[in-house]
Amino acid sequence: MLAITQASLRSITRSPSAVIFSLGFPLVFIVVFGFISGNRIRLEVGVDERCDTTTTLYQSILKIPNVELITDKSEAELKQQLIKGRVDAILYIHPGKDSAAGKIVELITSKASREKGSFVQSVLTNLIDKQNISFFRTLSKDQESQETGTGNWANNLAQLKQSEIEGREYKMIDFILPGQLGFSILSAGVFGTAFVFFSLRQTLVLKRFFATPISRTFIVLGEALSRLIFQLAGSLIIILIGKYVFGFTLINGFTTLIEMLLLSALGLIVFMGFGFVVSGLAKSESVIPPLANIVTLPQFLLSGTFFPIDAFPPWLQTICKGLPLTYLNDALRKVAFEGAGLMDISHQILVIALWGVIVYIAAIRFFRWE
Amino acid sequence: MGCISSILHPRLNIIRRSSQDNLQHRYFPYVLHTQAIIEVKDLVKHYGDLHAVQGISFTVFEGEIFGLLGPNGAGKTTTLEIIETLRDKTSGEVWVDGLSVDIDPGEIKKRIGVQLQSAGYYPSLTLTELLRLFSGLYNVPVIPEDMLKLVGLEDRSKAKYKELSGGQKQRFSICTTLINRPRVVFLDEPTTGLDPQARRNLWDLIRQVREKGTTVVLTTHYMDEAESLCDRVAIVEKGKNHRTGYSREPY
Repeated sequence: MLAITQASLRSITRSPSAVIFSLGFPLVFIVVFGFISGNRIRLEVGVDERCDTTTTLYQSILKIPNVELITDKSEAELKQQLIKGRVDAILYIHPGKDSAAGKIVELITSKASREKGSFVQSVLTNLIDKQNISFFRTLSKDQESQETGTGNWANNLAQLKQSEIEGREYKMIDFILPGQLGFSILSAGVFGTAFVFFSLRQTLVLKRFFATPISRTFIVLGEALSRLIFQLAGSLIIILIGKYVFGFTLINGFTTLIEMLLLSALGLIVFMGFGFVVSGLAKSESVIPPLANIVTLPQFLLSGTFFPIDAFPPWLQTICKGLPLTYLNDALRKVAFEGAGLMDISHQILVIALWGVIVYIAAIRFFRWE
Repeated sequence: MGCISSILHPRLNIIRRSSQDNLQHRYFPYVLHTQAIIEVKDLVKHYGDLHAVQGISFTVFEGEIFGLLGPNGAGKTTTLEIIETLRDKTSGEVWVDGLSVDIDPGEIKKRIGVQLQSAGYYPSLTLTELLRLFSGLYNVPVIPEDMLKLVGLEDRSKAKYKELSGGQKQRFSICTTLINRPRVVFLDEPTTGLDPQARRNLWDLIRQVREKGTTVVLTTHYMDEAESLCDRVAIVEKGKNHRTGYSREPY
C-alpha cells in the first residue's frame, strides 16, 4: 500500500494540472480577493435587552431595510458577537421621558467590524438629527402659541453616546481563505480522484495491479492516502501564505492550524467519495468534467466560498444549507477566526460525516474496477 | 483431441533450478518433462451470448515455452486471463502449480508474472520508480538497476514508460513480471507491433527467461513465432483448441 502511495504521490506532484487545481487556482483567488475588499451592505445591530423599543426612533430604525435588529440575545452574548464581528453594533435607547425624542441613545461598535459600525453610527446620527429637527419645529410652534419656558427643552433632545470596544479585526482574507481552502479540497477530491481512477482503469494500470498479490482495498487506500498527503500539504501552503502575506487570522496559532488541517482531511475524504462515484459513472474521459462540475460548481457558488450565504434569498439558502461544502467552509471559518474547538463545531462535522456516509454508499454501488 | 502426452522434450535443455522440489533434475539432467505446471481442462467462458472460450484443454510442462497460437478473437487472451486469475470462468478446471484458480487465486498471483496485452504503467514515473512500486506490490525487495540490466534497459532507468520504443516497452513489461521470481510468466502477444529486429531481440530475452528455469506461456498469431520460439503450441480457433503438440511436428 505504501508503495502505491509513494508512487501515486510522485505521479501527482509531477502532473501539472493537479498542482494548478489544488494550489494555483485557490491562491489566485486569494490574491485577487486579498487586494480588493468588498462590502456587504447588510448591517446587523444587536438590541440591548433594556432598550426602549416603543420610541419613534426605534420604529424608524426598524424601517431601514439594510439594518437587521437582533432582539433575542442577552447583553453578554451580544458583546461576544460584537467582538467577533458577527454583530456590527449594539443599540441601547435609554428609557426615559415619554417624549418621542428625548432619549439618550447608546451605540457600541467594535474594531471587528469598524466600517459597518461607523456606517450604523452615521445612519443613526442621521435619524436622530432628523428627529431633533422635527422636535424643534413642534417646539417652535408651541412657543408661538404658549410661550413656555425654554429651560428644559434641551433635555428633550435625543443624544447619541457612542463608544467603541476592542474586537478582532475581521478582514476580507478571513472570509475568503477558508472558502478557497474548502473549494480547493472539493475540486481536488472530486476532479483528482475521478480522473486518476478513470485513467488508471482505462490504461489497465489497475488490471496490472490486480495481477499482483496486493488487495483491491489497499490499492484504493494507497491512492487515497497519497491524495490526502498532497492536499494537506497544499492546504498548509495556502494557510501559511494567507497568514504571512495577507494577515489571515489564526486565532489560536498552531492549534488552529492543526484543527483546520483535520477539517481539511475530513472534507477531502468525503469529497473523494464524490470522485469515486464520478469515475464509476463516467463511460468516457470526456464525461468526467461535466459530471464533476455538476458536483463542484453549485457548491462553488452556493456554499459561501465567495459571498456569505445570508446574502441569498431564503429559498436559495435552504439549498445552500444542504451542501457539504457550506458546512466545511463554515467550520473552517469558525475554527480560524472565532477559535472554535472541534467540539464546538460538532454539528458541522456531523453533517459532513453524514454526507460522507451517503456518498460512500453510492460509491460502493457505482464503483467499477474494469 | 486433447493434449499429446509428453514425450522427450525437444531441446533436452538442462534445467538449473535449485529448489527442493526440482532436485530430481539435478540427478537426471536430461529429464523427461513430465511435471505439469499448468493444467487447463474443458475451460468455458461466456460473455452473455458471446461464447469466447468453448472447451479448451491443455497442459503446460515446467521449463518450456508454451504458445497459444490463433487468430485475433479466438479466445487466447481470455484463456490467459482466466489462468492469471484476472477473470472468472464459466466452467472447467484450471490448476497453476498445483493450485486451483477457484481456491487459491492469491497464492497463484504470488507465483506468476503477468504481462498484459496493452498494460499501462503509472503515469510520470521513471522505470526505476515503477520497479520500486512493483517491488512494493509484490512485497519482494529488488534492486531496480539489476532488474533493468536483466532486460537490457539499464541505460533507460531515468526514462518514463511512455518515452520507450515499442520493443523497450515490451522488455520493460517483461521486467516487471520477473520481480517476484515467478514460476511461470504469461506474455500476451509480446511481439505484436514490433519490427523484425526488435522481435528477434525479444525472442532472445524470452529464451533467456526460460534458461533461468521460468516457464513461459505466450499467445501469438504468428506461425513463425510459434515455430521457432515455442517448444509446444496449442492451436486455438473460435474458442476451441484443435491440437496441442510440439512446434516442429508437421501439422
